[in-house]
Amino acid sequence: MWLLLLVAALLLSGCAGTADTRETLTFWAMGREGDAVGRLIPAFEREHPEIRVRLQTLPWAGAHQKLLTAFVGGSSPDLCQLGNTWIPELAEVGALTPLSARVRSSASVEPGDYFPGIWDTNIIGGALYGVPWYVDTRLLFYRRDLLKRAGFDHPPRTWAEWARQLRAVKATQGPGNYALLLPLNEFEPLVTLGLQQPAPLLRDGGRYGGFESPGFKKALGFYGEIFGNHWAPLVSTTEIATVTDFARGYFTFFISGPWYIAELEHGMPEELQNAWATAPMPGPDGPGASIAGGSSLVIFRASHHLRAAWQLIEFLSNPTVQRKFYRLTGDLPPRRTSWKNSILANDPYALAFGEQLERAKPVPKVPEWQHIAGEISVVGERLAHGDLTVDRAARELDRRADAILSKRRWVLSREKRN
Amino acid sequence: MSKGYAAWLFVLPALIVLFLFFLLPVLAGFALSLTDFDLYALADIHNLRFTGLHNYLILLHRPLFWAALGHTLYFVAAGVPLSITASLGTALLLNSKLAWCKSFFRTALFAPVVTTLVAVALIWRYLFNTRHGLINYLFSLPGIHPVNWLGDPRWAMPTIILFAVWKNFGYNMVIFLAGLQTIPEELYEAARMDGASAFSQFRHITLPLLKPTLLLVVILTMSGYFQLFSEPYVITEGGPLQSTVSVLYLMYRDAFKWWELGLASAEAFVLFLLMFGVTAVFLRLVRRGGER
Repeated sequence: MWLLLLVAALLLSGCAGTADTRETLTFWAMGREGDAVGRLIPAFEREHPEIRVRLQTLPWAGAHQKLLTAFVGGSSPDLCQLGNTWIPELAEVGALTPLSARVRSSASVEPGDYFPGIWDTNIIGGALYGVPWYVDTRLLFYRRDLLKRAGFDHPPRTWAEWARQLRAVKATQGPGNYALLLPLNEFEPLVTLGLQQPAPLLRDGGRYGGFESPGFKKALGFYGEIFGNHWAPLVSTTEIATVTDFARGYFTFFISGPWYIAELEHGMPEELQNAWATAPMPGPDGPGASIAGGSSLVIFRASHHLRAAWQLIEFLSNPTVQRKFYRLTGDLPPRRTSWKNSILANDPYALAFGEQLERAKPVPKVPEWQHIAGEISVVGERLAHGDLTVDRAARELDRRADAILSKRRWVLSREKRN
Repeated sequence: MSKGYAAWLFVLPALIVLFLFFLLPVLAGFALSLTDFDLYALADIHNLRFTGLHNYLILLHRPLFWAALGHTLYFVAAGVPLSITASLGTALLLNSKLAWCKSFFRTALFAPVVTTLVAVALIWRYLFNTRHGLINYLFSLPGIHPVNWLGDPRWAMPTIILFAVWKNFGYNMVIFLAGLQTIPEELYEAARMDGASAFSQFRHITLPLLKPTLLLVVILTMSGYFQLFSEPYVITEGGPLQSTVSVLYLMYRDAFKWWELGLASAEAFVLFLLMFGVTAVFLRLVRRGGER
């Protein structure tokens, strides 16, 4: 009883004590982006004097767990930066508020201006749950000098051409070095090869694995061939210092995202600064697709400040603000307008990304995707070691994916009945 | 007030704490392991199904669980004896009257225990790097072929065991050192007068008198080693080819990465039963040995 009174007294005094009448918006952002966005917010608060933004920066490592526990515990923020592969999961648990109507009536957020594959990652079951904030995708980084020594003056466009180049580079670089780095603990390279095929990775509305399709088997075959011919070393990221080994010529190609542009500009020795370049992913028969990655801004359903939160999203989606954000972080903006008339348009390293983003494709939008992706890297590793044939690897992947998706099938059939 | 009543009153606070923070979580974990609690159940509690022992059945049919169990047992079976030998050996050396700079060595050997695991794990990763690592460089001097320490499924676990032993032996060493110092010097003097060799002094004086300490250390080390997690988490992320996935690592992944809390609870419970069983068997063996 005493405790209750005490709590009531505290609450009352708390209410009476607030002199600041501004609406307070809680905004969670992660890592580097969190640090950078703090420098953009004062401009927003000047534009909207009635809103105060309370920014909290989370480290990426614990962010996923923290978001889910915050949602379960009823302490979620108003809006949040969300890696776009996490959207299906949080949309599934009902944590996010749909934004379709707000976008329709918005004067500044134009869906057509965004890279289509990136925009698509935010649409779950026909409803929009996020607005892309910055984008990434993966493509080829390569050593121009080493490729030239092997007899090629341009990066590959097709798998066949790529294979010829890998073979030639491996031959000129000798037995201690390799042509390509495909870290065994990463699923992204193999998934990228799979996304370049026509068949979807999961079939039947994300109920079953689609890994036994002829297309994915082709991707597995190419992946296996790369390791079978020793064009790529059997290593994982924990054993590699990517920039150092790239500079030493341990590998000539690697596949990664835009964050490596800055890493290489700082980390490569002076004499090699002009020796590396970026290029769009080669595909089975011509330029290929890659994974649509990056982060979106989402609003939580529990928020009481929907309008203010949307205003902050509109502010951060403004091309001028996005250009500033790019200069602060190096994160690529998701709108084509933000690319025009900016330093990006003349950056040779970023240009390849601009081209690749037009061909970016979302990974399957089911909450189980991260788990399935983990199995893809495990099975891919066994294929690379030669423990599995392509057919057995494909069957194994389908078996594992089907098991992971069994609860989803049950939930979907239950929803249909009700 | 009867005596029994008073006694219960004194024990009550401890019992309440034990109930709240040990028994209740164990029971809740067991209850959770009988369901398929996951992300869908988090969204809508109607998506929760009572599945009985189905999770345990899944585990029995899951090769990765058996592999993880195997890796954990391998780690315990190889790591515990190694660790205790290293601790006892260094404690004996430090306790010897011939040793010089004792406090320096005591501190130096204890240092790994108090350093941050993540930081030293990263340094070990550099040391054991196949191409640029110091260890392979030293091996190359007498012409030994470079070993792929962390990239070869056969070598990754031994490397992890070596790391764990190095990181932890100092702790037990200090306990042994304390135990050794309680052994009265007169016993050794008497033994020496009777002409006992150094080895028989160790065998007939040191070991029997150190037995309670040894028992404590074995049980503590064993239960600690069963909970192998941080080392593979930081150094290998369970790889290569999942050769360093331990039961606890598997449980962490299932629970906090994939949110399969029902299945993860079953894994936790199996590990609990296993540790409980092994410790009980060990204690019984020791007791029987003592009666003889």
